[in-house]
Amino acid sequence: MADMINLTIDGIPVAVPKGTVIVDAAKKIDNDIPVFCYHPKLKPVGMCRMCLVEVGTPKMDPATKQVVKTEDGKAVIAWMPKLATACTTPVSEGMAVRTNTKQVLDARNNVLEFLLTSHPLDCPICDKGGECPLQNLTLAHGPGVSRFEYEAKNHNAKHVPLGDLIFLDRERCIQCSRCIRFQDDVADDHVLQFHDRGRHMEIVTFSDPPFDSYFGGNTTDICPVGALTTADFRFKARPWELDSTPSVCTHCAVGCNITLNTRLETRTGGHEIKRVMPRQNEHVNEIWTCDKGRFVHHFTRSTDRLTQPLVRDASGKLAESTWEAALQLVADKVRGKHVAGVIGDRLPNEDAFLFGQLLTDVIKTGSVTMSPAIPAAYADIVRGFGVGKDTEFKQIGKGDTILVVNGDLEESAPVWFLLLRQAVVDRGAKLVMAHDHITKMHRYATKTVNYELGTAANWAATETMALGAELKAARNVLIVFGDEKLSADGARALARALANIMIESGHAGKANSGLLPLYPHANTQGVFDALPEQLASTVAVQHGKRQADVAWLIGVGDPADVPQAAFTVVQELFLTDVAKSANVVLPALSFAERDGSFTSGDRRVQRFYRALPGMGQAKPDWWIIQEVAKRLGKSWGFHGTTEIFAALADSRPDYAGLTYELLGVTESQWPPVGRADLYYGGTAYDNTGGVGARYAARAEQSGFTAVSEAVAPPSADMESLQHLPRTLYQAGELISRSKVLAGHVEYRNSEMTRTAK
Amino acid sequence: MEKHVLLRDLDVPNIREIAVYQANDGYAAWRKAIGSLEVAGMKPDEVMGVVKDAGLRGRGGAGFPAGLKWSFLPKDMFPKYVVVNGDESEAGTFKDHQLVENNPHQVIEGVALCSYAVQAGTAYIYLRGEFYEPAKALQKAIDEAYAAGLLGKNIFGTSYSLDIHIHLGAGAYICGEETALLESLEGKLGQPRLRPPFPAVQGLYAKPTVINNIETLANVPPIVLYGAKWYRQFGTEKSPGTKIFCVSGRVNKPGNFELPLGQYTIRDLIEMAGGTIDGRPVKGILPAGSSAPILPASVLDTKLDYESVAAAGSILGSASFVILDDTVDIVWAARKMVRFFKHESCGKCTPCREGTFWALRVYDKIVSGHGTQRDIDMLVDVANGMANKCFCLLGEFSTSPVLSTIKHFRPEYEQFIREHHDGKSGIYQDELIRDHAISVLSEAPTGKSH
Repeated sequence: MADMINLTIDGIPVAVPKGTVIVDAAKKIDNDIPVFCYHPKLKPVGMCRMCLVEVGTPKMDPATKQVVKTEDGKAVIAWMPKLATACTTPVSEGMAVRTNTKQVLDARNNVLEFLLTSHPLDCPICDKGGECPLQNLTLAHGPGVSRFEYEAKNHNAKHVPLGDLIFLDRERCIQCSRCIRFQDDVADDHVLQFHDRGRHMEIVTFSDPPFDSYFGGNTTDICPVGALTTADFRFKARPWELDSTPSVCTHCAVGCNITLNTRLETRTGGHEIKRVMPRQNEHVNEIWTCDKGRFVHHFTRSTDRLTQPLVRDASGKLAESTWEAALQLVADKVRGKHVAGVIGDRLPNEDAFLFGQLLTDVIKTGSVTMSPAIPAAYADIVRGFGVGKDTEFKQIGKGDTILVVNGDLEESAPVWFLLLRQAVVDRGAKLVMAHDHITKMHRYATKTVNYELGTAANWAATETMALGAELKAARNVLIVFGDEKLSADGARALARALANIMIESGHAGKANSGLLPLYPHANTQGVFDALPEQLASTVAVQHGKRQADVAWLIGVGDPADVPQAAFTVVQELFLTDVAKSANVVLPALSFAERDGSFTSGDRRVQRFYRALPGMGQAKPDWWIIQEVAKRLGKSWGFHGTTEIFAALADSRPDYAGLTYELLGVTESQWPPVGRADLYYGGTAYDNTGGVGARYAARAEQSGFTAVSEAVAPPSADMESLQHLPRTLYQAGELISRSKVLAGHVEYRNSEMTRTAK
Repeated sequence: MEKHVLLRDLDVPNIREIAVYQANDGYAAWRKAIGSLEVAGMKPDEVMGVVKDAGLRGRGGAGFPAGLKWSFLPKDMFPKYVVVNGDESEAGTFKDHQLVENNPHQVIEGVALCSYAVQAGTAYIYLRGEFYEPAKALQKAIDEAYAAGLLGKNIFGTSYSLDIHIHLGAGAYICGEETALLESLEGKLGQPRLRPPFPAVQGLYAKPTVINNIETLANVPPIVLYGAKWYRQFGTEKSPGTKIFCVSGRVNKPGNFELPLGQYTIRDLIEMAGGTIDGRPVKGILPAGSSAPILPASVLDTKLDYESVAAAGSILGSASFVILDDTVDIVWAARKMVRFFKHESCGKCTPCREGTFWALRVYDKIVSGHGTQRDIDMLVDVANGMANKCFCLLGEFSTSPVLSTIKHFRPEYEQFIREHHDGKSGIYQDELIRDHAISVLSEAPTGKSH
């Protein structure tokens, strides 16, 4: 390749793309140059001086402008008089680097000795102990004894709350500025800064409320010492006691890869999640996750989890029952009746598929929809015109256009906000924002369009041809959209218009182009895909007014989504308001206690694994469905989700070829970040659970050439005007069980209500 | 000198007033360069060319050729800025102070010529925060220049416009480092930036920027007016022109002396400053305040130019000569300088942040009467641990008081430790207590310890 640069590191040749810094080039040949301030996801600063190496370039003859060569034809190297920081020096053709000379090793020793004069070395009580870059690098390169006077050690505050989620230990901080740079350059929440100078320099927050960011938890991952810890995990466990299980975050459409760290707790009598960590997947969330994903895990071991089936008794009260009695009662009640099933979009693919099968194949007189209902009105359009199979957010940049319509990226899909912001700010993609209110993403807009409240669909329908023509020139077009303040009809009209823009501009069915929906939860697309198609799309719209003999609700939180029926069955984690009015309540397992798969908003199918034992007698939802089917005379005989997924893939053409085995395939990630490279990229986990696979959008295959029929959008979606804009910390069943976020939920919702007025 | 090029206030009374300055060829270079509606002036490249030909080297310390520096600015990127470094925070430096306060119009004219040469529309003069009175004098002069139509929009009816602003620093030595100065000017924490990108390409607000010292730019008006050849009659081939030498320390008449480079020796300079107090023998010379390695009395006949001082083992830098005679205790002096660097370390890089602190701890141990002979080697170890590993020159400079004083005066260290090792006397106890009190007052930690 023309833009590859050849150099040697300790005599070993290596070729890397132009612009690579020496530290990264050395990584390619497994030469681990130690770093503290450098992080492969952040811009280099060269502050900590840990990565000093000897650097030389080929000597040039000033007269002939040719490289001077020795007799045996090797280039003579002109070594720089001083050591250079490998993290800030870009490679150049013919460069030579030495990382193992006495001068270099001494420099590492010197810098570590200097760092340790300020560091308390309180590893035995430090949360980072065991996964600490400073600890590891001190063992590898540091001095064995201390020459510094003990009395002169830094004595500083050790419990400084930067916000209510993050604590700073000022003694441990080595002033690498990774946290400041993450907040400035990646999250774009400028809430941290250095204060004072010299040895008194410290990290402070100056925002109000303090450390006001959805991404603050990430700073604790990339902190190379134990200076930053989360309020949730500090002093809770030692890293080596933790088991780790790959999983997928359930809170939004991004589908961040996470690792659940669990430990046996005698206090609660079983395993519990101690912390949620990002798991590296460069296709999805890289190494980041938002604070909601990180902290909303306490519901899994909440003491008010349902642990036993409940059946309404003669006195009208929900009383504890047995599985046998409850399942038989449900089977008897649904047989031959008109059953209206509703399944929440947090449920895995397998359960949704089986639920659809039950209602259409076994009960036969049933219908099934999803909750929330509105996404079902346009999920088929996304399946047709969603992002191309080979889309990589990292590749979106110069020449590409991102259009964001009617959705708040940061509030709805925080990690997509990070990635797409970088596409615009760092790589020069154009950003067009079309909204009825200002969002954080507006900061980077190349062009801003405003329309009246609730008229997104009308705007898109009017602009289709003009925008389509305008976007023809773009290299790729990515359209992000939400269904805020729209009715089902409005949302469908909007999606249709946006799909038409994709067709009109000639970008439909291409990689790095397509629709990216801001679905409310992790498996909105998956539940829609798994349900019988005709039912989902046609019944979706009016189901709130549906009437049936029996209502069967799985993970449905919104009372508006509940059909009117004489008998109600609920599968839930908690005794929610919906569950309280049910006739039968069946306890289900949370995502952490079972395995399954989710399909993200960009149609990547990903597996999650069982990290915790179940609670009480709670069962996976698919098991409950299968048991009822058995009592109705249908014996599927599934032993687990693997088999159900295989059945799903058989009957859904989009999923053809996908298997659990395929979804579980891992691949090497660049930059290398993870367990073996703690010092390099922080404490994000290696990807051991699989990177998942995206299924192709239908437009990529065939049959989209004609512009879809125009949909007349509702003139103004007046019904929708009651909807408030979405906020990440929206009050809800799951988030309410994480005490650390309680203040945030209250604050965000009061802010939202205030701004909406 | 018979006739000063820079310190013209010594020759012409009241030259700080615009009328007096203009009556003495003031702004003639500016009029010549910019021309007017009727008369064509010089092209920007011509102005740059004259300065290049004159061989003017930066007077801030590094001695980089000024004209060459200007030529690094990309031609097609706008806006561009000129930033003038008047932070003057090196110990023993007070030349810019005199220029700004007593000959401000020559500074303004130099700034204007530089701005015109690189086609910058805005210039910022960054003065150290303590220069309150000089800043007032300079602002008065700038106001006069605006009133006379020498600055502002469409100067003399040409298409060229220029605004000059003064900015006062907030008291950090590091802000004399050009990139830290830019950070400070932008309202950020004063810490040096990574280079590249160099300020010529991405300087103030990430735009092409020239940064020059006050004294450097004060040289420009006479160069433009009288030409490169005239300028080269002063100084040497490699160091043309005149330079202001600040002399302080143990001399009878400390002050600024403007001399052609390379003509006089250190011995001559001390004589001009009235000789040492009571005629005592010189023990050491700091040629550029606390940043330069100390020179022993044996090199008194070194010529005063960049190359000769470097050959003698130090740097000419900003030419702020601090003369130490035999009454000065070298260990005390070295500690003083190390304390200065420790106090001024910005904290950005590890070696400087921690090394200056550590070195001061060892000095405190020695001067409080607890030192051992091994502490001398410890000082050398700490300084060597820092040397060549720091982010900017402040950190590198901070090793020179340690290494150079031990190199030339090690027997004095050994003697000091022998005489004050009882742990009781501590001849500088009062000073230690005072320093400590200042540290506590000025550097009180903000977080409460639990």
